[in-house]
Amino acid sequence: MTVGDIKSILNATVHCGEDLLDQKVVTACGSDMMSDVLAFVKDQSVLLTGLVNLQVIRTAEMMDMVCVVFVRGKAPDEAMIQLACQRGIILLSTQYRMFTACGLLYEGGLKGGCGLK
Amino acid sequence: MSANITLSFEIPGDDFTRAGEASGSVKKTLKKLGLNSMLIRKVAIAMYEGEINMVIHAGGGRAEVEVGPTAVTITLTDEGPGIPDIDLAMQEGYSTAPESVRSLGFGAGMGLSNMKKYTDYMKVISHPGQGTTVHMRVDIV
Repeated sequence: MTVGDIKSILNATVHCGEDLLDQKVVTACGSDMMSDVLAFVKDQSVLLTGLVNLQVIRTAEMMDMVCVVFVRGKAPDEAMIQLACQRGIILLSTQYRMFTACGLLYEGGLKGGCGLK
Repeated sequence: MSANITLSFEIPGDDFTRAGEASGSVKKTLKKLGLNSMLIRKVAIAMYEGEINMVIHAGGGRAEVEVGPTAVTITLTDEGPGIPDIDLAMQEGYSTAPESVRSLGFGAGMGLSNMKKYTDYMKVISHPGQGTTVHMRVDIV
């Protein structure tokens, strides 16, 4: 799956990284607790979250993530967009809620990077 | 790598949005040095969690990172309230962070345990009322 596929599946808007949408992603995780995200060091390419602050971008940066998806129509502010652009992290927003957004991506072939599968 | 590289940072304690700047900078330097990406991630996460802790609990502090031929060492020093019971603080899920911090995505009691998990050596020295020093080392295999 590419980030472009995620954009289509979640009917998402792109805040930054429009030129990077052909990047391939294999795993994702969904959480509002950044320490939970940081607890699994294995490759996770996508973070789905309802949390909107600069530390979301920092967390994605430390984890070498490719893309952050904000659920429930939440949108990043200018400082977040700027940092994500500098770090080459794609930011998307979808109107879907967390459970539905994760379910749609899982159904589309994206697997969990944390824990068992 | 011939000589050790030392990086020093002041971690501001009054601005949560700036937490992670130092870790991001260390990450960039380690990338430039061509170190293994998993090692870089471990160093970045351990230091980032430490930075967050210093901002939440200690009003900021200092970070020193030394990159040598066999290991990356990180020393975090603050003059905060200290940790009265280090064993308890190390337990996953134990947290004294206020609710306001949880709403920012941290304070779940994972910080110190994540730091331990990603480092090959970690020692916490704390004197209540005086401050805390955390030594961490990630070996370059």
